[in-house]
Amino acid sequence: MTLYPELTDDSRRELLKTMVLIRTYEEAILREYHADKSPGFDIGAGLVPGEMHLSAGQEPVAAGVCAHLTTDDALTASHRPHHLAIAKGVRLREMTAEIFGRETGLGRGRGGHMHLFDPSTHFSCSGIVAEGLPPALGSAFAFQRRGTDRVAVAVAGEGAANAGPFHESLNLAALWKLPVVFVIEDNDWGISVPRTQSTSVASNADRGAAYGIPGIRVEDNSVEGVYEAAGEAIARARAGGGPSLIEVHTLRLWGHFEGDAQGYRSDLEGVPGRDPLPTYKNALIARGVTSHDDYAAMQASAAERVEDAIDFAKGSPIPDPNDALNYVFAEGARS
Amino acid sequence: MSPTIGTTGHALAVEPETGKRKLSTAKAIQEAIAQQMRSDESVFVMGEDVGPYGGIFSSTTGLIDEFGPTRIIDTPISETAFIGLGIGAAVEGMRPVVELMFADFFGVCMDQIYNHMAKIHYESGGNVQVPMVLMMATGGGYSDGAQHSQSLWGTFAHLPGMKVVVPSNPYDAKGLMTAAIRSNDPVVYMFHKGGMGLGWMKKNKHSIGAVPEEPYEVPIGRARVVREGTDVTIVTLALSVSHSLDVAEKLEQEGISVEVIDLRSLVPLDREAIIASVAKTGRLIVVDEDYQSFGLSGEVIASVAERKPELLKHVSRVCVPDVPLPYASQLEYAVLPTPARIEAAIREAIA
Repeated sequence: MTLYPELTDDSRRELLKTMVLIRTYEEAILREYHADKSPGFDIGAGLVPGEMHLSAGQEPVAAGVCAHLTTDDALTASHRPHHLAIAKGVRLREMTAEIFGRETGLGRGRGGHMHLFDPSTHFSCSGIVAEGLPPALGSAFAFQRRGTDRVAVAVAGEGAANAGPFHESLNLAALWKLPVVFVIEDNDWGISVPRTQSTSVASNADRGAAYGIPGIRVEDNSVEGVYEAAGEAIARARAGGGPSLIEVHTLRLWGHFEGDAQGYRSDLEGVPGRDPLPTYKNALIARGVTSHDDYAAMQASAAERVEDAIDFAKGSPIPDPNDALNYVFAEGARS
Repeated sequence: MSPTIGTTGHALAVEPETGKRKLSTAKAIQEAIAQQMRSDESVFVMGEDVGPYGGIFSSTTGLIDEFGPTRIIDTPISETAFIGLGIGAAVEGMRPVVELMFADFFGVCMDQIYNHMAKIHYESGGNVQVPMVLMMATGGGYSDGAQHSQSLWGTFAHLPGMKVVVPSNPYDAKGLMTAAIRSNDPVVYMFHKGGMGLGWMKKNKHSIGAVPEEPYEVPIGRARVVREGTDVTIVTLALSVSHSLDVAEKLEQEGISVEVIDLRSLVPLDREAIIASVAKTGRLIVVDEDYQSFGLSGEVIASVAERKPELLKHVSRVCVPDVPLPYASQLEYAVLPTPARIEAAIREAIA
């Protein structure tokens, strides 16, 4: 018997539904992002300016991990955070308004798409590779001190596993048996550098052994594989068994950021065939869990939610430039 | 665009009379932390050698005896991990006091400090608070070389989102630590090793002083006129306050009247206090143990130059020139803001 709910056909359908919502969201942001940047491409122009790192292809990680989390658990994400925010339950309207830089956004337009903070779901992210891991330790520490069974999950890309904060965090979490689960999203590419040129081990999960914690690698971008690995790791953390490390071999379906022509990418031709969404949809149709009609209904429902969020963002006020200095501090101000 | 004047959540603290009981700066810091830990279970201390050792510069001596290792926590030498842990715990409502052993060590963990601790409140549009104290030792004068003698407060103060306080005496040390722990903002608390009253460093009479027993706050962002005068204003902080007071006392016998302002806080900076003093004296000397260029001393002078340039009859700086702090004592004291350099600057100002 496992310590976490075993997969049922209902929960399989939920995983698919989450993946559909994420993909629908990312396709809509892609559309909005590029809508007003031509002719040419001016990264700072348009309703959604700045760098944009979309997570299409990495839906299995978010869906499989967050299926085991409640809004009381914490999750820290990276510069590519949308899939995790959506699966964690961050409100789409406020998240989208933040991406559009509006006053109604999660950060009142001060944060942007790499800096989404939602205290109501204990979701946050960091734009600096690997630096989202240490704050997750702090959430886990607070949960542990208060005698709760809440957990923190820290998600980062495979490039982060070569950075100091990853190793410091694993050691400290293992030492103090913190209820934290580290999830590495291996999408093969650190911007343009393939992991074969950056990483000395075939699987970052092996690095768990260096800190005496369990490490497991999920192959083939399998959402059910993620569900099982995360289920076990999160249950262990909740029960006081300390941290775990999971690496998921996932897929960056699009560029590192929008505008990335990916000329360096030797695997580009095979990418569409590895898209996890049709793969899982077809598997579940074959299993009789969903149907073409049911899937179309999922897409329609997702589109309705996503377009509502985008309409909300576009209809929201732009922050008053006179208020640009607000919120530097909670108390008083810089003189 | 005008700076936003926020309101504090509580009435401005009134600084109480000092009373007669004397403590060292180190003991005053320990007492402030202990009192806040007694009244607030969410407060804990974390850092390298803060437990049985009591902090390399005695900031936490004895705390482990009362609060035990679950609240006075020794960490691995993993500053990024444990400062980040402090940030995450603060976001979840705890009030960590995290010690970075030397300010000089910020290089191994600055991302957590300036990109996370200091920015989360702003990036979240005020929805997430980081009520955390980051305490660290600063300053030189004992031949600890270029990597263990720096002040660096200007570097922290330059980066938005963290309050920065630098006490120069036991009374302020306790009051500022109490205010820092109670603050809902991240506060960088920088104490000078030479002002802690340690038995193993050069003695300094200002490192022992009267401290009230009850908890009290020294408001963050308020400078103090520690000596009134009419001829020259010295704006300074930390150990340089002691040196400036000593020099002022000496020159008084020659009829030279020196006003000494102890900034106590860099962020927010009490520009009004600086301007008010220069309005009286017309001569401004900034004495700062941090590097001279691109830092606090220039900022203090700009505070007057931008707002009341007509007040300035004389401006000068006594800082560490832009050089790594040397090891040999004779070299180190050639670049530190010594009493001799301060005295020379005053004489030049009134010449």
